[in-house]
Amino acid sequence: MLQALADGILSGSIIALGAIGLTLTMGILRFANFAHAELVTWGAYMALAVLGLTGAFLGPIAPFSFGIPLIFATLVAAVLTSLLALAIDWLVYRPLRQHTNHLTIVFGSFGVSLLVRMVILLIFGGAAQYYSRTLQIAVPVLPGMRILPDQLFTLGITAIIVVGLHFFLQKTRLGLAMRALAENPELARVNGLDTRVVVRWTWVIGASLATVAGVLYGLTVQLRPEIGFHLILPLFAAVILGGVGNVFGAVIGGLIVGLAESFAVLIVPAGYKMAVPFIILLAVLYLRPTGIFAGSVGGAK
Amino acid sequence: MSGFAAYLVFFLIVALTYSIVTMGLNLQWGYTGLFNAGVVGFFAIGAYGTAVLVGPDRAQLIGGFGLPFPVAVIGGMVLAALAALIVGLATLRLREEYLAIATFGIAISIQLVALNFEALTGGAQGLVGLPRPLFELFGSPGAYNMFYLCFVAVIAILVYVALEVAVRSPWGRMLKAVREDETAARSLGKNPAAIRLQVFVLGCTLMGLAGGLYVGFIGYVSPLDFLPILTFQIWAMLIVGGSGNNLGAIVGAVGVWGLWTMSGLGISRLLPVAYQSQGGAIQVILIGLLIVLTLIFRPRGLIGETEAVSRHTR
Repeated sequence: MLQALADGILSGSIIALGAIGLTLTMGILRFANFAHAELVTWGAYMALAVLGLTGAFLGPIAPFSFGIPLIFATLVAAVLTSLLALAIDWLVYRPLRQHTNHLTIVFGSFGVSLLVRMVILLIFGGAAQYYSRTLQIAVPVLPGMRILPDQLFTLGITAIIVVGLHFFLQKTRLGLAMRALAENPELARVNGLDTRVVVRWTWVIGASLATVAGVLYGLTVQLRPEIGFHLILPLFAAVILGGVGNVFGAVIGGLIVGLAESFAVLIVPAGYKMAVPFIILLAVLYLRPTGIFAGSVGGAK
Repeated sequence: MSGFAAYLVFFLIVALTYSIVTMGLNLQWGYTGLFNAGVVGFFAIGAYGTAVLVGPDRAQLIGGFGLPFPVAVIGGMVLAALAALIVGLATLRLREEYLAIATFGIAISIQLVALNFEALTGGAQGLVGLPRPLFELFGSPGAYNMFYLCFVAVIAILVYVALEVAVRSPWGRMLKAVREDETAARSLGKNPAAIRLQVFVLGCTLMGLAGGLYVGFIGYVSPLDFLPILTFQIWAMLIVGGSGNNLGAIVGAVGVWGLWTMSGLGISRLLPVAYQSQGGAIQVILIGLLIVLTLIFRPRGLIGETEAVSRHTR
């Protein structure tokens, strides 16, 4: 039981990081980006590539399995993932925005997700990979609950990012502009907001958070080209559960989805775990389509 | 029959089966603007439903009803319609994207059931040795395949004609009205949510029909025939052919399936064995590029939708 709680919070915090980026893009750019989860995979593999180039120039910092090199690699990967997100926006989403049917852009994101996933498969191969082969010993936190140091790090970094993002959205000019655009795009534009700048930063923030989520996933589970594909549903479930455009809601939604997945395995065979986010999604859509904390965009038309 | 002709018959049976799926999707996306991201799921429900209903009684397996093939296919279609109803009722009154997300989810869930619910679906092995309709009447597999090609072609033509009649009827014009301007449609007393639900369920029922026909032809079901990539392939078929046009859906299905088959053949011939899995990735990249490039550069597809409104104003 306790172990399921720990595992659920851990995978939930990774889902939460991915879901924050997705909820921001869904709120501000107003479309369901099926390729967002692929940014998680891309970020994770870019960090692996940078790590491969630089090598572990400094040893791991005990008790973690990684050190400065991985943190450096994550920062570079965040830049590379942001560039990919901006390139996709410019090459694919920008021309599709002119379509009368706004679902065309959702459709395009589907094609993009396929392309990104397959390019990763082509470059890095399909086998599971790891940032480090260092073996870690789980620390007993409570009786019946063991946690790896890397997992504790994951929880800590997620908490820091969420708090930081909260202050960014509440206090900074850019953060306020993003919220304004999410709440009322016309009003924001009338008030002289340069929406292109805001949109650009939305991609950068979403892609950077996706990178962190990907690296943490690679650190605590493993790297596979299907990471993103398997995250699509949990991310959307978390976003809709928390209310579209609501950052805090996405975090809570992510934790709920993560916990539900890990507790479901206690009841149903593990093979059905991936269906849990779908059940949550259906329940939310039937019972409370605006999410627990009604988002800025809202689910109902 | 020579090897090539036999292969061509096989190819056309599969392509025409997919053309029925594509026409179902065309009704949803092309005419009504509904995004179904779980096409493969409804195709799989039709296939598995038919397989369970038509299959002979077997130990350790649920089902084995041994029903006649047409009854089993209708059963599969009803199951696909029910699944569509569950997803449709949850999402069709909400933002359009929610249907895309929910259909994506149901397709994943169906794949999990197909893989894990061994007592019903046979798990990873699938269900084998299913009866093929009227197989005893034909002397050779070659002759039977010819018959089955004609059978699938007749059904595809029937679906085509029925859809053409439907979209030209007042009901069909209503679909485009809902797609183009929901508020206007509502102000004319139409109920957009109800129309969307009808279209979505009907389209998914057609996908279920195609699933049943597929099982009747190959004589088994296996989860490997229902991978998520099939959804992308069907989408590519629709938009390459031209969404909003049923003939385009058929042309796209045959064309894209031909492209897929030939690229697969080319890769297996040209690439060394060690790189075959990468070859698979290249094939999928081609599908992805086909979708994205068509959307950007030729959104009308090869044939495309005929403009209906401007007939009198021109």
